[in-house]
Amino acid sequence: MLKTFQNLGHTTLASFSKLGRASFFLLHALSGVPKLLLRPRLLINQLYSVGVLSFLIITISGLFVGMVISFQGFHILSDFGAEETLGVMVAASLVRELGPVMSALLFAGRAGSALTAEIGLMKATEQLSGMEMMAVDPIHRIIAPRYLAGIIAMPILAILFSCIGVLGGHLVGVGLLGVDNGSFWAQMQTKLDFRDDILNGVIKSIVFGCAVTWIALFEGYDTIPTSEGVSRATTRTVVNSAFTILGLDFILTTLMFGDN
Amino acid sequence: MQQSPTQDTLVGLFVASGIIGLFFLAMQISNLSSFIEDDGYTIKARFQNAGGLKIKSPVSVAGVKIGQVSAIQLGDDHRAVVAIKIKNQYNKLPSDTSASIFTAGLLGEQYINLDPGGMDDYLKENSEIDITQSAIILEQALGQFLFKKSADK
Repeated sequence: MLKTFQNLGHTTLASFSKLGRASFFLLHALSGVPKLLLRPRLLINQLYSVGVLSFLIITISGLFVGMVISFQGFHILSDFGAEETLGVMVAASLVRELGPVMSALLFAGRAGSALTAEIGLMKATEQLSGMEMMAVDPIHRIIAPRYLAGIIAMPILAILFSCIGVLGGHLVGVGLLGVDNGSFWAQMQTKLDFRDDILNGVIKSIVFGCAVTWIALFEGYDTIPTSEGVSRATTRTVVNSAFTILGLDFILTTLMFGDN
Repeated sequence: MQQSPTQDTLVGLFVASGIIGLFFLAMQISNLSSFIEDDGYTIKARFQNAGGLKIKSPVSVAGVKIGQVSAIQLGDDHRAVVAIKIKNQYNKLPSDTSASIFTAGLLGEQYINLDPGGMDDYLKENSEIDITQSAIILEQALGQFLFKKSADK
């Protein structure tokens, strides 16, 4: 019985101390950002591995998600004779929710896990301590460019996901199911607002980008430096990122779209 | 760290595609483009009841969209004053044109239909449409119908 409480207390304290370490880690990484701007080469390398390499999976998933929504939406909307609103349905669901959330989940799986494994392995092979020995701050040199690259890449990927998704929806809706091309776009343009829908979607994806990259980098930095530790940290990155994205999405949706 | 020009190009293309994507979303999907095409002239129409008319509701002649509602206000005579912005290319609307509020389909949104008259002079900036027909409110129509039914008996 006493053991149970002891375990509970230990877990609570451990998670608090982890949160504290993660916060200091984040502040330390952010303090390296101004220095980083003097050496943009580091940032470009990371933008390549985090953003450009995720481009393909994001666009292909976006295309298929858009096509599937268009298919399913058409069958329900045609029951009410409202096929013309298909464009609104596809675009609104993509721009507001699916674009930011799906691309963040894919980003966590594609880029987040790679970041954790990379940093974890650097720690396991003592490259990070080696840098410290050379008086190079590993958080400024290694973590900060990756963090900034994640924040920049995430909204771009979410925007691309939404664009390709709408085009996929158009392909199925107009090309295959015979919805009128003009009303597909026109209804979309009358119903969707730039600030309320598109900018809010972009803000969401920036928040997700901060959260996912933070989790991925911290899990890598905080890993137990063994091969098993790195593998666990990678798993934790994907699982925790997914929870965080979905939880944050609910909060942000309530704040952004709750009052109308 | 490798410094390949290919990598720079790909990162550049990636960022550019993001910017183009945002531009596409803004222009093609949302209504931002409608702010740009604001060349046109505004006319006014007074309705007894504006019903479910909203700003940006379409305005059409013979089913062709020629403009949109730009403002809805309550006038001094407690009637709804609806400002309509019409594209410049449609500047040959006779001054005795009448306006009515219709509903697109059974559940669709409401729009203004203009019915051109036969006068020789045309509607200009700030002219007012005199002949208007209000939105049909389903509850009122049903009420009148039931009232008439019971009176017939």
